[in-house]
Amino acid sequence: MTLGKTAGGLYWMFRYLERSGNTTRLLDAGFRMSLTRSASAQNEWRSVLETTSATQVFSEHYEEADLIKVIDFLLRDRRNPSSVLSVMKAARENARMSRTALTREVWEAINEAWIQLRALLARPIRERDVPEVLSAIRQQGSLVRGALHGTMLRNDVYNFSRIGTFIERADSTARILDVKYYLLLPSISLVGSAMDATQWEMILRSVSANRSYKWLNGADINPVGIADFLILDPRLPRSLAFCYAKINDNLKYLAKDYGSRCRSHELSDMYLTGLREHSISKIFDSGLHEFIADFIRNNNVLGQHIEEDYRFYK
Amino acid sequence: MDNANGNFDEMMGAGQRRRGPYNIYGDWIDAQDIKQLRRKSAEAKNFFRRTGITFNVYGDNEAAERLIPFDIIPRIISGREWNKIARGIEQRVRAINAFLYDIYHRQEILRAGRIPLELIADNDAFLPQMIGVSPPGNVYTHIVGVDIVRTGEDEFYVLEDNARTPSGVSYMLENRETMLQMFPELFSKIRVQNVSDYPDNLRRSLADCAPEQCSDRPTIAVLTPGINNSAYFEHSFLADQIGAELVEGHDLRVDNGRIAMRTTQGFEPIDVIYRRVDDNYLDPLNFRPDSMLGAPGMLDVYRAGGVTIANAPGTGLADDKAIYSYLPDIVEFYTGETSLLKNVPTWRCSESNSLAYVVEHIEELVVKEVHGSGGYGLLVGPTSSKSEISQFLKKLKARPGNYIAQPTLALSTVPILTREGLAPRHVDLRPFALVSPDRIRISPGGLTRVALKKGSLVVNSSQGGGTKDTWVLEE
Repeated sequence: MTLGKTAGGLYWMFRYLERSGNTTRLLDAGFRMSLTRSASAQNEWRSVLETTSATQVFSEHYEEADLIKVIDFLLRDRRNPSSVLSVMKAARENARMSRTALTREVWEAINEAWIQLRALLARPIRERDVPEVLSAIRQQGSLVRGALHGTMLRNDVYNFSRIGTFIERADSTARILDVKYYLLLPSISLVGSAMDATQWEMILRSVSANRSYKWLNGADINPVGIADFLILDPRLPRSLAFCYAKINDNLKYLAKDYGSRCRSHELSDMYLTGLREHSISKIFDSGLHEFIADFIRNNNVLGQHIEEDYRFYK
Repeated sequence: MDNANGNFDEMMGAGQRRRGPYNIYGDWIDAQDIKQLRRKSAEAKNFFRRTGITFNVYGDNEAAERLIPFDIIPRIISGREWNKIARGIEQRVRAINAFLYDIYHRQEILRAGRIPLELIADNDAFLPQMIGVSPPGNVYTHIVGVDIVRTGEDEFYVLEDNARTPSGVSYMLENRETMLQMFPELFSKIRVQNVSDYPDNLRRSLADCAPEQCSDRPTIAVLTPGINNSAYFEHSFLADQIGAELVEGHDLRVDNGRIAMRTTQGFEPIDVIYRRVDDNYLDPLNFRPDSMLGAPGMLDVYRAGGVTIANAPGTGLADDKAIYSYLPDIVEFYTGETSLLKNVPTWRCSESNSLAYVVEHIEELVVKEVHGSGGYGLLVGPTSSKSEISQFLKKLKARPGNYIAQPTLALSTVPILTREGLAPRHVDLRPFALVSPDRIRISPGGLTRVALKKGSLVVNSSQGGGTKDTWVLEE
């Protein structure tokens, strides 16, 4: 028996934790780009803000986007509800609220992560410390996930944690594609300048997939290949197809455990089938941007249905 | 360590000779390097921080969670001393339950004129809604914390009874865990009575008092005001340890004559609620209408036998400081025995002779609000300034019935670890008793609270107090 509040607490705890990791990946990629081609750095930082849906809040406080401002805003600004500091605080609050459902290891890992990151982010980050800080944030997140995998019972509590993780991750990958889709359109690949190559690399980096892409494809980086990889490849742990396979599995375990299916199951089945039956050429034919926009919308709708079906709030 | 101030020190007695219970430990500590001990102390602090054993401070957003300082020098009590204390607590707790039953039924003690009627009639903690209600097993106080102070070799006094929602037991358990981790060698040298069965016993006590209709394994829930409550850590710790759900008011509703909680699969009935919410907030239909911390109609379900609430509503009556002064009479009335544990002599300021005495001797006395707790609203005469005293006198004279006064006791001291080595500090003790229909279980020891400031007598964590592990030796 699991309280609706507890299920919701864990779902959100892992969404927030995932979000902090995703933000650091984006910043990592943006940071590299700003080092290699500072001329249009301003645009790069704009697109990072856009991907994290922070553009509006940012522009309420700053006029220009540059490295230090964006890093500060996305890592440690409490006025930004999606800054790493804000989401880690929220993740830990949710863990505290659901503490009876967590093993001691998971609780201590998230508590420690919060203690460490709060100290790390207490003061503005100097440029030379950026890589170290970003990697420390990701490391703390990994410790929490490791404790989850290593110690938690594989029951409904675990399923809700996983569903939260993958709903958030799917959203993040889709947003990266949404902001950068124009770089992946076939018309551009014909031009194929060095500038595009850096941009493509940045897309891969922001989902930690640059190495794996090269393992699979050698040095041949092309936009269709990247889109295929990020959307449809079931081997890439941040691809949309992978996230939906996981969401679907975990919803299935819940249905089996509880002996009943809900609206969420219908939706998830439908979206997963959609991803499995699509080919990348079909997606390009019917419009990459429309596909991504639909996906983001559907993913949100599924999240809302899960919250209702499992009585997170009422 | 010397003991020059004339207090009773539990390690050194009144002089320079180490007392028996500290023999083995004393030899051990003499052989330790202070620096090493201080490192251990820092380690302990780190352990508490990592585990999140914190308490919340209201209205202090940024540093909202604080650690209660933990001192690594144990307080040691002999088995013989403890047995005496435990017998006294058991007698007292039995009497408190009998008293509550009586007050909410035939009120024999009032008929017999042993305590004044106004004490009940004018008391906010008395709940008319509980008249005629018999809780399962006639247990009112499933969990009781009795605060005890020591002033000499054989001198123990009860300072107050906590019969509503006593807190601190999680610290008793975590302090022991910490000591076991840090000084395993001591526990193989010294035979210390175990406290780790408290959670199992708590679960048993609560389950034994489940409503009659509940046949198999009862569903138990801990009701907390939420994550911002000062004792939230304890609420979640206990729920976790006894395998109970941790619920808040918004998880609950009345469903089919039961209290039910919202789960991922719908509303499920609860058999026993271990509430850490005050009476007033339990049920907006019956008590404070603005409360969001309980569930509308909870008291009606309770009265109809649909749920057990622990501690029962209305038990606060027994830990009122005005009732306290009658506790020896209450013990005698219901058990036919003299009280084994002594009360601290108490002047009830509602009585004009007493008030006159208190006003005249206020500089020697501790004056407390009748309904106060947590070390708030009290005056410690000997350590207060002239202006503090005159301020307090105004309040006292305006509402004398609201106050009691007690002599300033020379609380015993126990050594703590300071920068300069061991130094004596004043302590009290809160043992925890669990009441089932057929027996009372008391954890050996309890929570030792210590005033960390030299000479201070205020041990409350909200006022700069710390805690220690309490060792009761095997006999």
